Amino acid sequence: MKAFTLHQGLVAPLDRANVDTDAIIPKQFLKSIKRSGFGPNAFDEWRYLDHGEPGMDNSKRPLNPEFVLNQPRYKGASILLTRENFGCGSSREHAPWALEDYGFRAIIASSYADIFFNNCFKNGLLPIVLSESIVDDLFKAVEVNPGFQLTVDLEKQTVNTPDGQVYAFEIDAVRKHNLLHGLDDIGLTLQHVDAIKAFELKHKQAQPWLFN
Amino acid sequence: MAKTLYDKLFDSHVVREENGTALLYIDRHLVHEVTSPQAFEGLKLAGRKLWRINSILAVPDHNVPTTDRSSGVAGITDPVSRLQVQTLDTNCTDFGVTEFKMGDVRQGIVHVIGPEQGATLPGMTVVCGDSHTSTHGAFGALAHGIGTSEVEHVMATQCLVQKRSKSMLVKVEGQLGKGVTAKDVALAIIGKIGTAGGTGYAIEFAGSAIRGLTMEGRMTLCNMAIEAGARAGMVAVDDTTIDYVKGRPFAPKAAQWDAAVAYWRTLHSDADAQFHATVELKAEEIQPQVTWGTSPEMVVGVDGKVPSLAMAKNDVQRADWERAYAYMGLTADTPIEQIQIDKVFIGSCTNSRIEDLRAAANIAKGKKVAGNVKLALVVPGSGLVKAQAEQEGLDKIFKEAGFEWREPGCSMCLAMNADRLEPGERCASTSNRNFEGRQGQGGRTHLVSPEMAAAAAVTGHFVDVRNF
Repeated sequence: MKAFTLHQGLVAPLDRANVDTDAIIPKQFLKSIKRSGFGPNAFDEWRYLDHGEPGMDNSKRPLNPEFVLNQPRYKGASILLTRENFGCGSSREHAPWALEDYGFRAIIASSYADIFFNNCFKNGLLPIVLSESIVDDLFKAVEVNPGFQLTVDLEKQTVNTPDGQVYAFEIDAVRKHNLLHGLDDIGLTLQHVDAIKAFELKHKQAQPWLFN
Repeated sequence: MAKTLYDKLFDSHVVREENGTALLYIDRHLVHEVTSPQAFEGLKLAGRKLWRINSILAVPDHNVPTTDRSSGVAGITDPVSRLQVQTLDTNCTDFGVTEFKMGDVRQGIVHVIGPEQGATLPGMTVVCGDSHTSTHGAFGALAHGIGTSEVEHVMATQCLVQKRSKSMLVKVEGQLGKGVTAKDVALAIIGKIGTAGGTGYAIEFAGSAIRGLTMEGRMTLCNMAIEAGARAGMVAVDDTTIDYVKGRPFAPKAAQWDAAVAYWRTLHSDADAQFHATVELKAEEIQPQVTWGTSPEMVVGVDGKVPSLAMAKNDVQRADWERAYAYMGLTADTPIEQIQIDKVFIGSCTNSRIEDLRAAANIAKGKKVAGNVKLALVVPGSGLVKAQAEQEGLDKIFKEAGFEWREPGCSMCLAMNADRLEPGERCASTSNRNFEGRQGQGGRTHLVSPEMAAAAAVTGHFVDVRNF
């Protein structure tokens, strides 16, 4: 997994609550058996004017000028600013894969759906929770300041604005450690093989029917 | 100390716990074709093996056609879908995993076949790369959806890295009225707490109205826990649970059965267990529900109206509702019963079991699908549900009424196969999500119970099934 330490980048505002994973990456793209290449289809139904299908040359498709990420001022954005309950619905990890492949490294919202939130950490994408009022302030700042950038410092757990505002955020210590070092979860868990085997043996004795 | 059901299930599966993060042992891993190929590939690339092969049960469901299957997988016309189903078949063969392939009568929607086979048992931890895994909590199991990285993690280690959720008790006391189903209870709860109301929580559904539900009703309810934001929903074990499990192919037999039942009887929250939150509903106040917007929380009783902006709680919700009106082609204050529909979908992991089909058939019997309804689909949840329905003659009732009777799969719940809405089409659907584009780009979904969907099919618009 890609490590995340310090990131400075352009902020794109997606001013909607309850953005679901069907919207982040529509179902037809889930037919892929690969883990990469979903970026051009992130937000497909909002982003393009035609109907997208796997295998299309996305560079030739008509863009929806109304969709915020298509505005020239947000080209190259790597921090997504959005609203509450982001990533609700389907558990598809294709959603964080699509956001990461698009170029996002961090998301800022007042809350996330649980499964999506969890999936982000597996892919080096940092979902940051800030209060609704701070999120409101950031939306205003993005609106009035073209080229508005933020700096995310995972070690210090802060989001820093260009004019020196510092917003602290909370993050689970284990997740933070793994993200800072780009650690692979499976490798870490397999350090506890003996504990898993011991548990399994005990579990099998207590509930043998689980192992039929 | 008094424990909740969630505590009991969690505690009994902790391999190790440090700083609030636990390694949780997983008993059952259900696998389907969409969220597994990258996990199998990851294992292959890393040279890792499956930790416990017989914990896994695989089935293709999302991509499979619901029409003619005589040519098997080779007959899937979409080459990308075909490859995904073939990839599951190949991976299961390569790794030695039990799979109910497309031609197998046991094939069906993963959340229907797990319980049907007894592969879901009380007291288990159950995971699947699918958010509706919460369904299996109906058995007093700890069940939730996971992402593909976690699918790979469970395959390789039989464990999940987990933090404890907070616990929420949703209590529904009283007697549900005629024509009010588990689906309506689920939608009423979501309407009350919102789609993020359960975020961070595991929900236990309790109260006399829940006790009175059949296992299939409890599955419908737990299935929708994720639409309230909760990864896991659950119901305590009782006689209803045990009677349902008994005799199923994967269920314990003989001496093991008695030992299992003795343990399962302990799977309930202790009388004085503390929950982080409690929500109460009165069964008598719940009406048949219809969603009007693009989130399951945008829901009202069938005798209600599309709400007006003045009723929104804040600016963010007002903006949400305005987008929903536009997307759904509806205006505020439109009575729900005046909304005309174009298509009907009876199916999905929420409502495709035999009781759902019986209830819908009971409404459709002797009637005809209305002229303005272009397509009314009935998609059984599994090959076995289909066979049972045909034995009872339900297929004939549906076909005589003008419904199409299909092969089992996820179908138009998420429209990954050929079953979908065209832009602007409006559907009465027994599925679980009314998100923009969920049933096809530009499609408009209204979530309802099977009875309400059947009643809408034969009248051409939503109608109160209680007056039917």
